[in-house]
Amino acid sequence: MKLTCLSKGRGFHFPPCHVLSLCGFQILLECPIDLSPLAAFSPIPSVAHELRRRTDPPRESDGLIRAVPRYRTVKHLSAYDVSLFDAVLVSSPAGMLGLPFLARHPKFSARIYATEATARLGRLMMEDLLAMHAEFVQFYGPEEDTFPEWMKWDELEVLPSKLKEIIIGENDVEMGNLLPLYSAADVKECMRKFKAVKYCEEICHDGILMIKPVSSGLEIGASNWIIVGPRRNVTYVSSSIFESSHAMGFDYNSLQGNDIIIFSDFSSLGELVHGGKVADMARMSVTDMEEESVHPSPSSISSMRGCNNEEALTRCLTGNDEISEELDKLSFISSCVMNCSREGGSVLIPIGRLGIVLQLLELISMALESLNLKIPIYMISAIAEETLSFTNVVPEWLCKQHQQKLYSGEALFGHVQLKESKKLHLFPVLHSPSLLTNWQEPCIVFSPHNSLRIGPVAHLLQRWHQRENCLLVLEEGVDADLALLPFKPVAMKVLQCSFLSGIKIQKVPPLLQILNPKLVLLPEEMKDHLPTTCSSFFSFSYYSESETLLVPSLQDDFEAHLAKDLALQLKPKRIKGETTAVARLKGQLLISNGKYMLVPSKRPGTSTDKSSLLYCGSVDPTLLVSALAGKEIIGTVSRRDDTGAIFVQVDVPSKALIEIGVHRTVICSANETLCGRICESACSVLDGI
Amino acid sequence: MSIESLVLGAGQEVGKSCVLVRMGGKSIMFDCGMHMGYLDRRRYPDFSLISPSGDFNSSIDCIIITHFHLDHVGALPYFTEVCGYHGPIYMTFPTKALAPMMLEDYRKLMVERRGEQEQFTSEHITECMKKVIAVDLKQVVQVDKDLQIRAYYAGHVLGAAMFYAKVGENTMVYTGDYNMTPDRHLGAAQIDRLQLDLLITESTYATTIRDSKYAREREFLKAVHKCVAGGGKILIPTFALGRAQELCILLDDYWERMNLKIPIYFSAGLTIQANMYYKMLIGWTSQKIKDCQTTRNPFDFKHVCSFDRSLINSPGPCVLFATPGMISGGFSLEVFKQWAPSELNLVTLPGYCVAGTIGHKLMSGKPTRIDLDKDTCIDVRCQIHQLSFSPHTDAKGIMDLVEFLSPRHVILVHGEKPKMASLKGRIQSELGIPCYDPANNDTVVVSSTKTVKVDASETFIRTCLNDGFKCHNKQLEDSWTSSSGHSGSLNLISSRDEVVAEGIMVMEKSKKAKIVLENEYLHIVGTEKHELQLSCCCPVSKGSLIQAMSGSDASSASETLVSTDHRYWIHCLWLKLKKESDFNNVQEVDNCLSLNSFKSHICPVDNCPYRTGECDEGGSIMFFCCSWSPIDEKIAWRVLSIMRETSLSEVSEVCRSPTGLLI
Repeated sequence: MKLTCLSKGRGFHFPPCHVLSLCGFQILLECPIDLSPLAAFSPIPSVAHELRRRTDPPRESDGLIRAVPRYRTVKHLSAYDVSLFDAVLVSSPAGMLGLPFLARHPKFSARIYATEATARLGRLMMEDLLAMHAEFVQFYGPEEDTFPEWMKWDELEVLPSKLKEIIIGENDVEMGNLLPLYSAADVKECMRKFKAVKYCEEICHDGILMIKPVSSGLEIGASNWIIVGPRRNVTYVSSSIFESSHAMGFDYNSLQGNDIIIFSDFSSLGELVHGGKVADMARMSVTDMEEESVHPSPSSISSMRGCNNEEALTRCLTGNDEISEELDKLSFISSCVMNCSREGGSVLIPIGRLGIVLQLLELISMALESLNLKIPIYMISAIAEETLSFTNVVPEWLCKQHQQKLYSGEALFGHVQLKESKKLHLFPVLHSPSLLTNWQEPCIVFSPHNSLRIGPVAHLLQRWHQRENCLLVLEEGVDADLALLPFKPVAMKVLQCSFLSGIKIQKVPPLLQILNPKLVLLPEEMKDHLPTTCSSFFSFSYYSESETLLVPSLQDDFEAHLAKDLALQLKPKRIKGETTAVARLKGQLLISNGKYMLVPSKRPGTSTDKSSLLYCGSVDPTLLVSALAGKEIIGTVSRRDDTGAIFVQVDVPSKALIEIGVHRTVICSANETLCGRICESACSVLDGI
Repeated sequence: MSIESLVLGAGQEVGKSCVLVRMGGKSIMFDCGMHMGYLDRRRYPDFSLISPSGDFNSSIDCIIITHFHLDHVGALPYFTEVCGYHGPIYMTFPTKALAPMMLEDYRKLMVERRGEQEQFTSEHITECMKKVIAVDLKQVVQVDKDLQIRAYYAGHVLGAAMFYAKVGENTMVYTGDYNMTPDRHLGAAQIDRLQLDLLITESTYATTIRDSKYAREREFLKAVHKCVAGGGKILIPTFALGRAQELCILLDDYWERMNLKIPIYFSAGLTIQANMYYKMLIGWTSQKIKDCQTTRNPFDFKHVCSFDRSLINSPGPCVLFATPGMISGGFSLEVFKQWAPSELNLVTLPGYCVAGTIGHKLMSGKPTRIDLDKDTCIDVRCQIHQLSFSPHTDAKGIMDLVEFLSPRHVILVHGEKPKMASLKGRIQSELGIPCYDPANNDTVVVSSTKTVKVDASETFIRTCLNDGFKCHNKQLEDSWTSSSGHSGSLNLISSRDEVVAEGIMVMEKSKKAKIVLENEYLHIVGTEKHELQLSCCCPVSKGSLIQAMSGSDASSASETLVSTDHRYWIHCLWLKLKKESDFNNVQEVDNCLSLNSFKSHICPVDNCPYRTGECDEGGSIMFFCCSWSPIDEKIAWRVLSIMRETSLSEVSEVCRSPTGLLI
């Protein structure tokens, strides 16, 4: 087994990506798209904006590239031959956005596995990206050149250093990874290669590998994976959230009992770097939200050491602390939104996380209600309608609280009612006629994209960026300074907030203890942040980006299932005294769902006689003579000194000679019957099989 | 090992489905239904047979409910709240959402309309449903360490599932009710090709073969249109869930196409509420409906409105959906009483009605009067249309499923006795699978497969795989729906030739048995090989060899050989063997002749120890030292007898060949 980490990713929207070689299969774990190059491109100017600046030169003071944006695939993925991938596992919608780049390759033949909900949401996100991107193509015209003007070296040289870094990357190699976006046809073709599954559905890949997704809690349909091969069982843990407020939670109990864990939740590493603080903006007029530091304090870890029983461990992991912490943040955002609305300002929320959007919708509408504010909420996105209606028909994928709504016959999410009561309006695009007739300011707008470069948000920012009473709510992980570059000077308030997007570092040791593997593969960066005490239960290996980690075999033998009727056909013989029995086995090997089954052969036996007999041990001359005597053959033992060989001379019933060596006994007779009988006697004193 | 099935209900009848299966030390109750045709204690399964002491918690590991129909779930609140079972209960999400509605509806009917003492209360239903664990299709659910269950789409009603259960190596499927043809809102049943010891299947339509559904739909729509055009009222008694939605989709669509303005009513809020559930559970409907869901939810009916009791006698045509389905009481009976006497009106009946209900009476013949009780009788002049598109599979569907799964045993439940017997005969004769049709409270015991877990060495597995193997997964991967013509997939079974796996199983005390290849065996067991060799220094007459050489078409190569050369004589012997035997793989290698393990070369010494008796008499005899292993014993002796042939007369007392063939 080999694990190669292609990319550590960058948080929720760009998950880590690995290649796993297992039981002869090459499996790609996630295939996200890197949208960071977007930051180097200028948003499309809105009409008013454009009229004002029509005379300006193509590249303005912000230095942004004015062209159809390009995107990047996972860094080292291009080094792989796509035809060699056997399977792709997708854990979350963000983990599949780069797949059309791969799947459009004519030699790509892998099966893509994702949960039904992930595949659906991922497809919607691709469509959204395509729709937002289309605006650029419409504006600049289709990209005819494979190597556009701005990609030439002298053009790149004059880019501001920050942008140059984004475009060129760490090394020049990444430049070549900048790709034009895939087409709608590519997406369609890609989706055809999906095998969409349910949580805990066992799928058999190629007869050998059993693959099973288990809820991870990160998003509706997000999953971790159990991969079981003939001699390997691996748990692949992606970013997971123990208790989600909308999606089904992290089902870690179902992950128990596997030998190896590939731990690929890098979310806590981000926290370690940022010190758990919400990055504060210089211009942010609202109060900073101080989170409790998530640095594992020595005391919290030592207390972990004590709890060995499962109950105590479970208590460490679950509980409402995470939900309430997240709710606090959301309530805070909601209160900021209220403050802004009361002052007559509009609010722009380009957050791309479905769970956050669903919760904010409910919180904000409730707050508006209680304050008796009649401010409309707009959701502007090509996929708004379909996404929201989708969330209302997937009770199986939701957390207990939302499932309960199904049983009591209520709509699963509050947005259904908001839509009916005309408090929430959905529009596919900014310029849709119904939007123009409905539009009211102040308003609260949910709209992609968090890069602030593409999508309706860019136009709305151009409209509102200089209004002091307006508010922009951003996710952590976006370089706000860079994101706002094209809109400078920015007068509107900016609130940036991080959301829980994985397992907190202090929960990793108790989790691993519950999962009880033999070996854990962890990112190198986590080495210093885990207490050494857990290592007494299991061992660790560390992997780092773009390196291949070889995992030694833990099990030599295969497990096979021997059918009863075949077992009954066996004729065991005792050898080596009485402790061991051996038997020749002849049957048919079947592989069914990763299991090796040995069943009786349906073919009539052709060579079941003693044909392939194997003898071992040594011939004791005296035993042989007595065995011969039993068959009325009389022999006498004699020794020949020169070779050390022992001879048994047979005279009755006719002449024969038996030469006994250490590894060989030669029976010599011209009489077939006699020869056969001597042979039988010799066999009886040997361990034959 | 065996699987024991105690049929507590739906044995040779339809109603109160309930089977208790015991296998591998676990007990699973499939369905816990009630019988609509009885009002006494026969309405429930006889639970006392499970545990005379009434301790159901230690005697049942879990209950599985296949769908929300009362004959499958009706006794559940009674069993959990009154009998005291509080172990796990599994059902699909839609069943968990919809079953309480059905139960509550029934409870109300019993208590409020019939004035009966209630068997369970509303609180009982609520408490009972709290114990239910909802499952998704195909999700592998680990009930406990040993017991695993999995649901498959059954298509009968929203959320209906077939359940697969596995304890150790014992496997079985309980189908519940299923439908092999997709209808307006549900898909067809779908299941993987599982290896099963036992299949318990419904057999409602054990002998019926149905024709195209579209023809029957057209017929229904024609009857409806004709009736409303003539100003008649149509009563469609249905259960709130399932048929109502299917017919509604059908009518809503027809109304739209024909631009009809006649009102379609739903009785009470029940069906309206049910539609709400259907909208959220659209993922459990057919693919066709799911696909159009993005634009408009197909359960938002355009032409349907709710009904008020005062409208019963209001003039003008209308269509009314009313519960319960078989006119066994309640609102549908109330309306029936009013509408039945007019020949303008139409009553549609479901494909199946339980004996004792009015629906059943209407179906059997064409009665003009129905005596409701001793005081009331109804004049029946209205038209009756029987809907034959039932959400049950027909006989062909059952046979197809049994053939597809090819279980080791089949038990039929949920059907009528004579029809079941006929189907049982077909399954046994046409498919060669033992089949049973137990009556209520009978127990069927079938044997189960058993396998032993053993280790197998890597080389053993690899060798078997390299030789090619019978690819079993290919069949398992394809799942089955009757609509997609599964007959093609059946042909996959022996796509490759069987390759025999040969190895040696080593069983050591206190260790798992292990299968190894022959060449690994010695190392594993820790002994050395001891070779057994048979030898004979055989006399051959020179004359016969020369004769063989001259008699042949003497190739140029042989002419270059001289008689002193060993190769000459070996070649002669080769020619002789070629001529006188049918061995075609005799080879000359260097100065040696070989045939499998049989080797022969000219004996260089005079005092060969392997020479028994004969001696060279005047140089007319050559000695060939031969050796072989016991495997080739038969071949060796035949070769030897050919070699000896001519010298036989001289050494006859030794060389009496037992085969005697070639002398």
